[in-house]
Amino acid sequence: MIRPHRKHSLWLAYILHRISGFCLAVFLPFHFYLLALALTEPDRLDGFLSWTDTPIVKLAEFGLVFLLAVHFFGGLRLMALEFFPWSTSQKTLAALAIASAFLVATIFFLQVI
Amino acid sequence: MSTKQEDIDVSVWRGDPHSGNYENFKVPAQESQTILDVISWIQQNQDATLSYRFACRVGMCGSCAMMVNGIPRWTCRTHLNKVLNGNKLVVAPLRNLPVIKDLVTDMDPFFDKWIAAEGLHHPSKTRLDPIEEIEPKSIGRVEIDTGIECINCSICYAACDTVTNNSDYLGPAALQRAWTVYNDVKDADKQTVLDAVSGDGGCLNCHSQGSCSVHCPNDLNPMNAIAGLKRATVASLFSRKG
Ligand code: SF4
Ligand code: SF4
Ligand code: FES
Repeated sequence: MIRPHRKHSLWLAYILHRISGFCLAVFLPFHFYLLALALTEPDRLDGFLSWTDTPIVKLAEFGLVFLLAVHFFGGLRLMALEFFPWSTSQKTLAALAIASAFLVATIFFLQVI
Repeated sequence: MSTKQEDIDVSVWRGDPHSGNYENFKVPAQESQTILDVISWIQQNQDATLSYRFACRVGMCGSCAMMVNGIPRWTCRTHLNKVLNGNKLVVAPLRNLPVIKDLVTDMDPFFDKWIAAEGLHHPSKTRLDPIEEIEPKSIGRVEIDTGIECINCSICYAACDTVTNNSDYLGPAALQRAWTVYNDVKDADKQTVLDAVSGDGGCLNCHSQGSCSVHCPNDLNPMNAIAGLKRATVASLFSRKG
């Protein structure tokens, strides 16, 4: 249960940023370990890469990209909030602009692959 | 809200600094009833020993703040029908402050931090100098504009989770006050302000969760003021000679 005084969008943004950051931090060591396999045991890496073609892993990858996006934009939002003396509506607009740019770029990216 | 007489179930925190529990009361609902009306009705009709604080009843003095259904609010200007949860109302003393008795908190830590944040005027002139003219539209004055409407109600302080987790944190109201002093061209000692707000309990603790700005009854934006202090702190790192 979210305590009543926390039920607002700024707190939601804060907690999403924290959780995504934590999850990414947990994920990174595995990521690096796997990349290291390319140097030490290329066969095992290939085996793993074919496993990543399964739908469930694809879904997990989607989650990962989502986490990254959340954390990336959460960070941009914070920096804008704290380092630009803008009015609140200007910041909302800026966040919206970046989000739409990201959306367009992702759709483009998905079409390419 | 209907005008027919219905009873509301009100749970009120009763206790001293060491222990306490909720006590239940039934209070007749009335039109245009504020939370302060409800509490006063209990005190006048059911239990004269109930302690609570208020003065102006019109949102000026900042003394009537309490936790209402889990959210810090000014009770004299909060209408019952705006916050009623079904038929229930839970009223407790403000978070993040020591309880003295029932709904009365000890505000000392809150005000002590105003001083600790150097939210004081540091005079630059004597009474013999002419009064300095301040252009109302100047950047510094505009920045100060909202901050000085603060009524010291401590609602933002009660809403802030950083205060909960770090009892040394100066808190939103004191830092906002420091920001107004920092932007005051009549203030002679901005570096003292900056030193006071950039230390251990200072502005850099703030996580920009924004509960202060969301719950401030006067629609002030302490989070913004604190962001200003963060910028000033960072800027001073670069401008100071190493
Ligand atoms: S924005 Fe900063 S001061 Fe305001 S509630 Fe959050 S942590 Fe506290
Ligand atoms: S900033 Fe707002 S909530 Fe905080 S003490 Fe001042 S008036 Fe109250
Ligand atoms: S009694 Fe003065 S602000 Fe509520």
